[in-house]
Amino acid sequence: MKKLTEIRWHGRGGQGAKTASLLLADVAFSTGMYIQGFPEYGPERMGAPITAYNRLSDEPLRVHSNIYEPDYVAVVDETLLDAVNVTAGLKPEGAIVINTAKEPEEILPKLNGYKGKVYTLDAKKVSLATIGKNIPNTPMLAAVVRASGVMDEQLFLDNMQASFKHKFATKPEVVEGNMKALSMALEEVKVYDGSK
Amino acid sequence: MAIQDRLSGNEAVSIAMKQINPDVMPAFPITPSTEIPQYVSQFIANGEMDTVFIPVESEHSAMSACIGSQSAGGRTVTATSSCGLALMFEMLYVAASNRLPITMAVVNRALSGPININNDHSDSMGARDSGWLQIYAENAQEAYDNFFQCMRIGEHPAVQLPVMCCQDGFITSHAVERMELIETEKVKAFMGEYKPEHYLLNPDETLAVGPYDIPQYYMEHKKAQAVAMENAREAIMEVAKEFEAMTGRKYGMIEEYRMEDAELAMIIIGSSAGTAKEACDELRAAGVKAGVIKVRVFRPFPAEEIVAALKGVKAVAIMDKTESFSANGGPMGAEVKAAMFGKLNDVLVTNYIYGIGGRDVKVDDLKSVYDKLAEMVKTGKAPEHYQYLALRD
Repeated sequence: MKKLTEIRWHGRGGQGAKTASLLLADVAFSTGMYIQGFPEYGPERMGAPITAYNRLSDEPLRVHSNIYEPDYVAVVDETLLDAVNVTAGLKPEGAIVINTAKEPEEILPKLNGYKGKVYTLDAKKVSLATIGKNIPNTPMLAAVVRASGVMDEQLFLDNMQASFKHKFATKPEVVEGNMKALSMALEEVKVYDGSK
Repeated sequence: MAIQDRLSGNEAVSIAMKQINPDVMPAFPITPSTEIPQYVSQFIANGEMDTVFIPVESEHSAMSACIGSQSAGGRTVTATSSCGLALMFEMLYVAASNRLPITMAVVNRALSGPININNDHSDSMGARDSGWLQIYAENAQEAYDNFFQCMRIGEHPAVQLPVMCCQDGFITSHAVERMELIETEKVKAFMGEYKPEHYLLNPDETLAVGPYDIPQYYMEHKKAQAVAMENAREAIMEVAKEFEAMTGRKYGMIEEYRMEDAELAMIIIGSSAGTAKEACDELRAAGVKAGVIKVRVFRPFPAEEIVAALKGVKAVAIMDKTESFSANGGPMGAEVKAAMFGKLNDVLVTNYIYGIGGRDVKVDDLKSVYDKLAEMVKTGKAPEHYQYLALRD
């Protein structure tokens, strides 16, 4: 495993990009890693573009800045592709993960010539089928784990089960749907490798 | 065994408060205060602590209530941020001059205007002469560790002064990081019971708190306050030693990072000190003799420690995360230069304003400061005026 993995999340206020970054930090922590999960704060409005970040490492973390050259980028809202330069600084040996019903090839023209891997996942479809609501961040979390390989997928699922049980202690009925969302996301996520 | 956890800086300090279980927490329960009163009031509602929470109608009232409860003899904490601290300003001086060891979590954020909610040190630096001790944290772990130490230092019989336990707004207060919690039994043993020497609810000793002080005595009382602040140096080190024995984590007035043979040094406070260490390591790998001095305690000011750490240094950059509008640099710039005067006259000095209003502070930004220091050494000249770091054209 690489020493340090840096991830940038793009979403719109209210979609849970910040929560996704915190959940990823949480599950990475439970596998023994050093973690940072933090949003970029500004005027917070529903629907406005927001950015959140993760640093995950085997060693203690001490840099306290935003991330400008991420290994991975997750785009929770497809419409941001037209509004934000989501591939800015993204390393070509990394990957971008996009919530869209489209095929990776269809998305390519909007990625400013990005040469790395492109993962797509219809997180809306997955969350509607499993949770019954459009909550894209849970399926996106699974897709980011697939793309980044930051932890073993079975270990991820096992730890998320515990994490959801804790998070939803007052409404345990939603744990199963969220777990299904993760495993369905891992089945549904598609990849296009531009380097090949 | 210490407990591993992943917490935001606000959560970490709230847990410290829960473990201490102080007598009273007066706090303004909404913005501009922090999430800390919210978390603590949840702990109280859940029956996890039995602190009396006083929700007040303003931060001025929050500090007034703190003064009341600490004078009565109760261990008192509060939390605030930004303009909240500014609204307390009048009462901060009253708390300090009455020698009330209130412990306040300060989440450093910019003062308006222009309106800005993000991190810088303008709030607590504005209150630097109020008579409170100020201890700053680099990350959530330090914010947590410092909170216990702040209270112990303030309550020290030779000190008896209020303490601000500062951390960087959003950068550490809202970021989740891995850290280690201390078992509550150990915390309780470390904190001990608060037994004030004089207090209002003591039926055996009548006492007036905060009366008018006539010119014939005012200066002597201020001098006593200044002596208490001087005494704090020893108390800080004494408490740090005890804390290290409990946790293995070492604290001091300052932290020196790769300073042994450093020629280019940066003096910095708070979360950016971590970023500076990374910049320093990258430059060391390229053969540059860089070092970092992190100022943990700003009040009392670690003048001697900084001068000792700067021995052998050729050029130093003093970093201020606030503007003081002296037209002559920031508050740390002024303090460090005063400390160096007559002792380190050959060191080239520059002072930067950086990261104000939440401007992100990158590793590369701080590396550019070392580049500037190297250039100063080469030309033998320091810039005439203080600088702004990473300012847009």
